[in-house]
Amino acid sequence: MTAAAVGSGSARGLCPMSVPASGACAAAAAESECLVRIRGLRFSHGPRVIFDDVDLDIRRGSVTAVMGPSGTGKTTLLKLISGQLRPDAGTIEVDGEPVHALRQSALFELRRRMGMLFQSGALLTDLSVFDNVAYPLREHLRLSPAMVRKLVLLKLEAVGLRGARELKPNELSGGMARRVALARAIALDPMMILYDEPFTGQDPISMGVLVSLIRQLNDASRLTSIVVSHDVRETASIADYIYVISNGRVMAAGTPATIAAERSEWVRQFMDGLPDGPVHFHYPAPDLAADLLTRGVG
Amino acid sequence: MAKQRSIEILVGAFMAAALVALFFLAMKVSNLGTSPAADGYRVTARFANAGSLKVRAPVNMAGVRVGRVEDIRFDKKTYEAVVTMRIENGVDTIPDDTFANIFTAGLLGEQYVGLEPGGSENFVRDGDELTQTQSALILEQMIGQFLFSKAEEGGK
Amino acid sequence: MAFKTLRRGVRAMVNAMLDPVAELGRAGLKALAGLGRAHLLLLHLLAGSAEVVWRPRLLLAQVFNVGVLSVLIVAVSGLFVGMVLALQGFYVLSQFGAEESLGVMVAASLVRELGPVVTALLVAGRAGSALTAEIGLMKATEQLAGLEMMAVDPVRRILTPRFYGGLISMPLLVALFSAVGVLGGYFVGVGLLGVDDGAFWSQMQSKVDFREDVVNGVIKGLVFGVVVTWIALFQGYDSTPTSAGVSRATTRAVVHAALAVLALDFVLTALMFGN
Repeated sequence: MTAAAVGSGSARGLCPMSVPASGACAAAAAESECLVRIRGLRFSHGPRVIFDDVDLDIRRGSVTAVMGPSGTGKTTLLKLISGQLRPDAGTIEVDGEPVHALRQSALFELRRRMGMLFQSGALLTDLSVFDNVAYPLREHLRLSPAMVRKLVLLKLEAVGLRGARELKPNELSGGMARRVALARAIALDPMMILYDEPFTGQDPISMGVLVSLIRQLNDASRLTSIVVSHDVRETASIADYIYVISNGRVMAAGTPATIAAERSEWVRQFMDGLPDGPVHFHYPAPDLAADLLTRGVG
Repeated sequence: MAKQRSIEILVGAFMAAALVALFFLAMKVSNLGTSPAADGYRVTARFANAGSLKVRAPVNMAGVRVGRVEDIRFDKKTYEAVVTMRIENGVDTIPDDTFANIFTAGLLGEQYVGLEPGGSENFVRDGDELTQTQSALILEQMIGQFLFSKAEEGGK
Repeated sequence: MAFKTLRRGVRAMVNAMLDPVAELGRAGLKALAGLGRAHLLLLHLLAGSAEVVWRPRLLLAQVFNVGVLSVLIVAVSGLFVGMVLALQGFYVLSQFGAEESLGVMVAASLVRELGPVVTALLVAGRAGSALTAEIGLMKATEQLAGLEMMAVDPVRRILTPRFYGGLISMPLLVALFSAVGVLGGYFVGVGLLGVDDGAFWSQMQSKVDFREDVVNGVIKGLVFGVVVTWIALFQGYDSTPTSAGVSRATTRAVVHAALAVLALDFVLTALMFGN
């Protein structure tokens, strides 16, 4: 009994402290320069381990890209940073606040300073474009209708959709829906925006629009942006810093130039899009001949 | 905004319709409209057998309802059923020698208390007791008596 | 070698026998966890009650969705149920020469049982399934997560008004159903079958008690309203966010709500009308 208590106590004392503040961007970043600081992150979904001891830093004012193959938990990372999921172990600090330990009211307070752009846009389908963008303003600020209108029109202008304010979300193309969602995400002038796969399924034109929008917004409004994506070229073209993650670990980190010069076979395969390499074309399976000769229907 | 307005109107109409329905259920379907809730005075009567008389059963005089049965309990000393009736205030001329019967409405109908006025000059007041009573007719007893008398007739 | 094979065979056999037991245990735990989540959601819904007072418009819209949009089906069903009751009751009662009691029979069965139960089943099918699908799709399209990222609690803002909408609408719909049903019974009994008009109403009035029957029936409606909306909202909120998941959740919402209503009706009847 006592031994167990002492054991668990010391373990709790040791665990977060003993992890050295290594981090890939630690060399460049002073304490206050890191908006997001992740240490020893461990997260599993059922039996599947998604993150295993991940350290990650996001610098203020930068566009940081998190890249990796599908299914490596990039979206999960954003959900962990925004507090929608809680880690099994490790710490996640956003602007000095420990997201993983916040109560809901404090978390909501913090989220008012964050915006997130969902893959699907996540617009409220029964409200018009205007009302969607106005939603967070009406929800959190006591502004006059005239003021709300001005702010919404400015935000819509920033994404180039002021003319579409009367449309309903189902009348928008995928790219337009994402731009409206972006206008909504910046409505409260957040300090940080999380982009979940912003380029997936976009035609080249709207992809180009989104790419330049992310960079422009980041620089014009002094935001910090985290872009999760597997579109290597587009993401690399606007990112200040890139993390490549796979199998629950950070495989590589650095500026786009460093990543481009990276020699690791795996990183080369991912960045250059080679069909076979360390990541095999085949999903792990028994030998084909043996498999075909096995009796049975399953 | 026009849509919001029509929603408001329709919800209002829905509420009104439901309240009308509730009012209808209260006044026309149930007894709320008919029974003067707790008005009237109490009169008790003792029966050797209350049969299947129920609380809320009508109390009739000359076939007209003048009150309701309020309570039925067992007197453990006299082994009788004590029936408390609430008589409407307007009916204040019931003689104190009135005869209380338990009758059955139809062959299978519900039982009720029937009052047959006597000739006394004194009228019952709140809390009085009717002393002259006749118990409920029990079908089995009646059949038994009937068979018994037939058998006697046959024996002669 | 043979011993080893034997041992492996025995182990396989034991496993084969134990597998269903393990499966049963797993299913039981899963059901318990679901029940737990459902009750947590209920607490969350109740905790957001103030929201409804602050934003009456949200509530109004949901009373419209659940209540007003169900009026037609509830009224038409009530009419036919009352008519059928009168028709069936008449043949049974006329064998005892007790046609005058038709009004009592129709009104008592409607007000006590059929009104609340049939209305609850209709609302579960008409409005409950719609609620589940709506919430499930909002989850699947990340609208709920989007609200959460805007620091808006989706349970308070989206689910609670729907919960209260159902809770308010159900008793009113029950009253409507019963009233229309009695009228339907009146048309058939008095209009078609020739039961005496006065006897129809007076017998009904003398036997149906307002507090015992009508009020209890409406209370049943309130309880069913809570249960049906709660189940519908929970199934939507707890659904797997895919199209198959939402469709399964919708089916489950209707089935669970129907079963819950019927089982609960037994309990409530025993409590209210048992001595």
